[in-house]
Amino acid sequence: MMTDLYQSQRAMRQMRRQAMQRGVVAILDVGSSKISCLVLRFDGTGRLSEDNSIGSMAGQTGFRVIGAATTRSRGVQFGEVTAMQETERAIRTALQAAQKMADIRVDHVIACFSGANPRSYGLDAQVDLDGQLVTEAEVGRVLNACDVPDYGDGREVLHAQPVNFALDNRSGLIDPRGQMGQNLAVDMHMLTVDAMAIQNIVRCIKRCDLELAGIANSAYVSGISALVEDEQELGAACIDMGGGTTSISIFMKKHMIYADCVRMGGDHVTNDISMGLGVPAAVAERIKTFNGGVHATGADDRDLIDIGGDTGDWEHDRRTVSRAELIGIMRPRVEEILEEVRTRLDAAGFDHLPSQQIVLTGGGSQIMGLDGLASRILGQRVRLGRPLRVHGLPQSATGPGFSSAVGLSLFAAHPQDEWWDFEIPVDVYAARPFKRAVRWFRDNW
Amino acid sequence: MRPLTATRAPAIHRTKALAGPDADFAAASRPEPKSKPKLRLRGARFFRRARLSDPAPSRLSYRFQRWMLTPGIRRGLKIGLPVLAVAGLVGGYFASEDRRAAVSTYIADIKTSIQERPEFMVNLMAIDGAGAGLSEDIRAVVPLDFPLSSWDLDVEQIRDTVTDLDPVKSATVRIRPGGILQVDVVERQPVIVWRTRGGIELLDETGAHVERIAARGDHAELPLIAGKGADKHVPEALRILTTARSLGDRVRGLVRVGERRWDLVLDRNQRIMLPTDRPVRALEHVLAVNEVQDLLERDVAAVDMRLGQRPTIRMTKTASEDWWNTKVDVNSRQ
Repeated sequence: MMTDLYQSQRAMRQMRRQAMQRGVVAILDVGSSKISCLVLRFDGTGRLSEDNSIGSMAGQTGFRVIGAATTRSRGVQFGEVTAMQETERAIRTALQAAQKMADIRVDHVIACFSGANPRSYGLDAQVDLDGQLVTEAEVGRVLNACDVPDYGDGREVLHAQPVNFALDNRSGLIDPRGQMGQNLAVDMHMLTVDAMAIQNIVRCIKRCDLELAGIANSAYVSGISALVEDEQELGAACIDMGGGTTSISIFMKKHMIYADCVRMGGDHVTNDISMGLGVPAAVAERIKTFNGGVHATGADDRDLIDIGGDTGDWEHDRRTVSRAELIGIMRPRVEEILEEVRTRLDAAGFDHLPSQQIVLTGGGSQIMGLDGLASRILGQRVRLGRPLRVHGLPQSATGPGFSSAVGLSLFAAHPQDEWWDFEIPVDVYAARPFKRAVRWFRDNW
Repeated sequence: MRPLTATRAPAIHRTKALAGPDADFAAASRPEPKSKPKLRLRGARFFRRARLSDPAPSRLSYRFQRWMLTPGIRRGLKIGLPVLAVAGLVGGYFASEDRRAAVSTYIADIKTSIQERPEFMVNLMAIDGAGAGLSEDIRAVVPLDFPLSSWDLDVEQIRDTVTDLDPVKSATVRIRPGGILQVDVVERQPVIVWRTRGGIELLDETGAHVERIAARGDHAELPLIAGKGADKHVPEALRILTTARSLGDRVRGLVRVGERRWDLVLDRNQRIMLPTDRPVRALEHVLAVNEVQDLLERDVAAVDMRLGQRPTIRMTKTASEDWWNTKVDVNSRQ
C-alpha cells in the first residue's frame, strides 16, 4: 500500500510537471462553505533575488492568477465530500467560471481539502553513508529507512516531508546533498488522512474531465500563505477557521511539523443562530456576517436586528433580536472552537516552541472581536492573518477566506520536497515484485 | 440623470448590484414567482430554467465550453470555418457549367472593353530605315489589319519576324504614342558579290545573305568571290582583298578552293594560291616580291604559296618555251 501511494504521488508530480510545461494549472480549494478556483499561468520569469532572500513578493512572481471564481459549496461537510454529485456540480461551476474568466482551457488541477481527520506523525531514521558524500540516492535511502508507524487501514499519507537533516553531529540542515559525512539522520513529518476522503475528491475531479496534479491539506497551504516568513521560521500556528472545520498547522523552520483539524467551524455558529432565533440558515448566515460579534457591550442591548420571515404572520415576520442576544448565541460556540484548538495545540506541545505566534485566518476569522477572544484563550500573541498578495488576484479574493486557495497556488509554484520526490533505493525496489507475488498468492489461496 | 427633453421611455432605476455572499444570499432566497410574466421586455431568456439554487452548468454545457476554450478548436472556428464556408460557397456557385461560362464571358467582356479603348488602339505601322522593296517585304511578313489593340500586338514576335528577313540586320519595334507601330530597321549593306553555280548573291561583311542579283555588272564596284563555302569566310576574304588593294584593278576576285583555302585571281589569268592558314601574310610576301622584282608583271601563270617554306612559281607555256630557247641559245653559243 505504501508503494502504491508512492507511485500515485509520483504520478501526480509528473502531472504537475506537465502542467508547468503547458503553463496553466487550476487551483481548487474544496471547502465546506465555498469552493474556490483560481487559474494560474506560469511564465517562469520569477526569480529569487541574488542573496537568496525572499523579497516583497516572496519570490512568487513566477505565476499570475488569470481566473478566479468562487461558488457556494454543496455536498461537502466537515471538509469531506458527502454528496459526490453535488460536489462535482459545484466544482464544475467554479471551474467553468474561472476558465471563462481566464479564457483558456485548464486540464490540470491541484486541489486541497481540510477535513478527513488529519493525523501527524514524526518519524526519524539514521543510516550510515556508503561513501563520504551525501547524494540524492542516500537521501532517498534514509527517507526510506524511516520506520512508518501503523497508521491504520483506510488511511493514506498525504504529506511526508523531511523537515530536518542531521549529518554526523550537525543538525538543522535543510538540504544535506553534496555535503560530506559519515552518518545521515532525518526527521520527517508525515500526515495521514482518511483514504476515502481523498478518493472521493479524486473521483469528483476525474468526473470533471480534469487531471489531478497534486493534492494538499488546507491547513498546510493556508499556513504557507498566511504566515509571514519569520513566523514560519521561528515557529507559529496557523488556525484556518473554515465553514465546517477549523484546521491547525504548526510551522517551524519553514516546515510544517504538525497539523490537525477541529471538526467545528463557522457553519456551526450559523447553525446555532438559526436554531436559537428560529430563522432559515441563509438568514442566520446574513445576520452573522453583518451583525455578528463576540464581545457584547452596553450599546449592543439597544441594537435591534430585524430577523424577518415570510410566513405571513405579522408578529412572526417582524421579530427583532438585540445584538447582545446574537453575541450570546455566537460566543459560546466560538469559545468552544477556540478551546478545542487550544487542546489540540497543547497536545501538540505548542507551548514548547520558542515563538508562540498564533495566526487566525479563514472566513471564520472575520467575526468581529475574534482576536480579542482568541488572545484570551490561546495566548497573547494572536493576530489575524490575510493571504499573501499574488499577481493578478482579484480584490474580492484577497480576504482571509482565500488563504488556503492562495497558499495552494504558492504550493503549486514551489512545492516542498516530499518523500516521493526521492528515488526508492534499488534494493527495496527490486524486492517488491517478488513480495507482491507472494502476497497475491497468500491473498488468493 | 434625467434627460432635459421629456421622453416616454420608462426610467430604469437599478440598485447597486449585489456582490459576493450577498449575491449568493439574494439568489438563494428569492422565491419562485407564482406567475411568470407574460412578456419580457428586455433580455429574453430562452431554454433556460430558472435554477436559482443551483448555478451549476450541465455536464454537456461544461464539456462544450471546455471544448470551445481549446485553442485549436477556437482557431479552427475563427479561421478555418469562415475559409471553409467561403470556399464552399464559391465551389457551389462554380459547380454549374453555365455559371462558369457566364463568369468567364463577363470577365472577357470587361477585358475587351478595356483593351479597345482608343488609348490602346494602334492604327498604322511606320517603317524607318528600310528601302521601298524591304518595306514591302516587311509589310508582307507582318500581316496586321489595323486598327488593332496594343494588347493584342506581340512586339517581340514582330521584331523577330522582321529580323529574320535576310536584308535586315537589326530591327526595333515599339508602339509610339498616337497609335503608331514604329519599326526601325537597319538594313544589311552588301560588301561582296558571291558567284555560285546557282546565281549571284550579295553578302554583307559577316557573310550573311542580303539579296540575289541578276548580273555581276549591277554591283561592279563590289569585289567578287566564288567557290563553295566562300560565304562562311567573308571576313577573311575581305582582309585578303584589303591587302591586295595595291594591285589595283588587276584583281578579279577570290576563289575558294576545296572549301579550304583561297586563290587570288588577277587578270591575265594569273593566280596567287594562298595557304590555308595565314593567307594574308603569304599574300603580303608575294606583294613584297612583286614590289621588288615585278613578279606579277612578268609572264607568270601562278604563284603558289601553299607551302610556306617553298614558294613556287608556275610560268606560262610561252614563257617556258622562251626560257628553253634562251637556254638553247646559250648552249649553242658556247
